[in-house]
Amino acid sequence: MTQANAIEARNVIKAFGQGASLVKALDDVSVQINQGEFFTLLGPSGCGKTTLLRLIAGFEMPTDGLILLEGADITYLPPNKRPVNTVFQSYALFPHLTVAQNIGFGLQMQGRPKAEVDKTVAEMLALVKLEALASRKTSQLSGGQQQRVALARALAPKPKVLLLDEPLSALDLKLRKEMQVELKRLQLETGITFIFVTHDQEEALTMSDRIGVMSAGKLQQVGTPKEIYTRPVNRFVASFIGETNFLTAETEAGGARLASGDFIAIAGMAAAGQVTLTLRPEQLSIVDPAAAGAIAATVTSLVYFGTDTHVNMTLRDGSEVIARLQSPASGDAGLLAGQAVGIAISPGAAQIVED
Amino acid sequence: MSAAERDQDRASSRNGWLLSTPALIVLTLFAVGPLLIVAVYSFLTPGKYGNVEWALSFEGWRSILYTKDIFDDTYGLADANLTIFWRSLKLSMLTTLTTFAVGFPTAWFIATRPPKARPLWLFLITIPFWTNLLIRTYAMNEVLRTEGLMNTVLMKLGAISSPIQVMYTDTAVFIGMTYVYLPLMVLPLFAAIDRFDMRLLEAGYDLYASRLQVLRRIILPIVKPGIIAGSILVFVPSLGAYVTPRVLGGGKQMMIGNFIDLQFGQGRNWPLGASLSLTLLVIVTIALLVYVKYANKESAHG
Ligand SMILES: Nc1ncnc2c1ncn2[C@@H]1O[C@H](COP(=O)(O)OP(=O)(O)OP(=O)(O)O)[C@@H](O)[C@H]1O
Ligand SMILES: [Mg+2]
Repeated sequence: MTQANAIEARNVIKAFGQGASLVKALDDVSVQINQGEFFTLLGPSGCGKTTLLRLIAGFEMPTDGLILLEGADITYLPPNKRPVNTVFQSYALFPHLTVAQNIGFGLQMQGRPKAEVDKTVAEMLALVKLEALASRKTSQLSGGQQQRVALARALAPKPKVLLLDEPLSALDLKLRKEMQVELKRLQLETGITFIFVTHDQEEALTMSDRIGVMSAGKLQQVGTPKEIYTRPVNRFVASFIGETNFLTAETEAGGARLASGDFIAIAGMAAAGQVTLTLRPEQLSIVDPAAAGAIAATVTSLVYFGTDTHVNMTLRDGSEVIARLQSPASGDAGLLAGQAVGIAISPGAAQIVED
Repeated sequence: MSAAERDQDRASSRNGWLLSTPALIVLTLFAVGPLLIVAVYSFLTPGKYGNVEWALSFEGWRSILYTKDIFDDTYGLADANLTIFWRSLKLSMLTTLTTFAVGFPTAWFIATRPPKARPLWLFLITIPFWTNLLIRTYAMNEVLRTEGLMNTVLMKLGAISSPIQVMYTDTAVFIGMTYVYLPLMVLPLFAAIDRFDMRLLEAGYDLYASRLQVLRRIILPIVKPGIIAGSILVFVPSLGAYVTPRVLGGGKQMMIGNFIDLQFGQGRNWPLGASLSLTLLVIVTIALLVYVKYANKESAHG
């Protein structure tokens, strides 16, 4: 083995409750997270993100399956024995300690000498730019500052893996953007593996090396942001990440025929029955209805978003399609509701997804 | 805020004070008045059949610590009094410590029950308050006496061959006070633990703290206001306890409260009783000041 995974979950099942009230928060989840990776767990509320983090942190034991840290089984190791630290959603800062004491807490508990604790605390304060507030009580800090203390506290013992459970969700938009940049910087500077939980897809796309999309206790897809966005494996992933159009189609050699009768060319396609296609709105453009290969459509409405204009259209069979066009300088897309148009699809944009 | 607004603010808070003056006057009369009377009495001469004679004397204060030898009129340390002071302090501190040791897990247990079940547990804790203290103490007598519940059960179990004499010892007084004052420790501890954010426990474990370290470094410092409040609520009445040592300690194992009572009754030495009362007040005050200061210093370097 050249380099073990930082964290591996192997067929993890976690059930809460008994009998009729049994909930499978995690249903056979397997994932490998690389060393030094910024890995994001993305999914709607209640899909089991927090549960997976708590299993990795050691606050819960799985009903079945294994958790490995650098190849070693840590499934039943108590949390204070794991070189894994957590940034809690509620921050959970110690109210009776100062900022510096909070940051030094983990090191102290590890029994590090005082000189080392002081040195690391000073480094951490500098890293999160809180030197001026070292001796404040944490209740006297703003939300963003508390966030930084929580980060510094979790990073100070130099864990192998840092777990972050929606650390930015309590911050306002501007602070959130700042902290996203900050987090990314900290991850690159420390080289620590980050496992980050969010249900904000934009946050996931911009920050992550890889994303694991979860739904109903199952890991739906794991991949880089580009893979997840451009090659979603199923309908859930395609719709959860970004906007998209779904169209049912019948596959034929070299493409797929839509219910409206129009044909979309897909390289290497063989006849395989009925499928669902996903088409990202920004991959569509409006052309002359008479142009070769154009799909006939009627504009139903236009929505101006500043940089973009969304064109809502219906195809001949009544199915709805949205195209996203870059707004021209004048702001006027030159289309009218009721106008007959043609839709052109960028090559390779049409993807088949499982339902 | 403009100067005019500020003036108005001040005026309205002054009016608030004015409105509360009747209450303040009543409070002052009832709190300071009796204390003044006690202070004055402590400097008078004992009357023959109790009460006092209006002649200045320091004998009341002197006889707290010194007794006059009946043969040669010299003064010696009053060992009996010192024993009583020491017993009072010792038993009160023991009671405070024990109620904490028992009360903390109890309060923790209640605070970690589901919210719906908590009122029931709190209710159970307060049930003893419904019964008169004297009756509860006599009930304790039933438990502790030679043919009482405790000895009968222990004998039946074969743990002891002859009954243990617990009644009329310091132990009986200590057990009785622990029983009586336990709720006063549990309630403020519960209030503090109830406010404690349990998520901090996970934060502690996550940062490599053992269970003991989480208790010592996180839980105890944060619920300290509750510990201080509970300790004061137990320690202060323990020090002045009267009924419990009277019933369970008999006439011999006196505490300050009984000793004071004695001066106003059979002892017919009201000035000594008055000076003892003030001494008790001073001991309580000093003990509290030392305790609170110590407790705060602990947290400063947390
Ligand atoms: N201690 C528990 N007891 C019972 N059920 C639980 C427990 N913890 C989680 N669950 C259930 O497990 C499922 C997954 O919960 P989890 O907290 O992991 O979701 P999440 O993805 O973190 O959601 P959110 O985005 O809202 O934080 C939910 O249905 C939840 O109700
Ligand atoms: Mg969650």
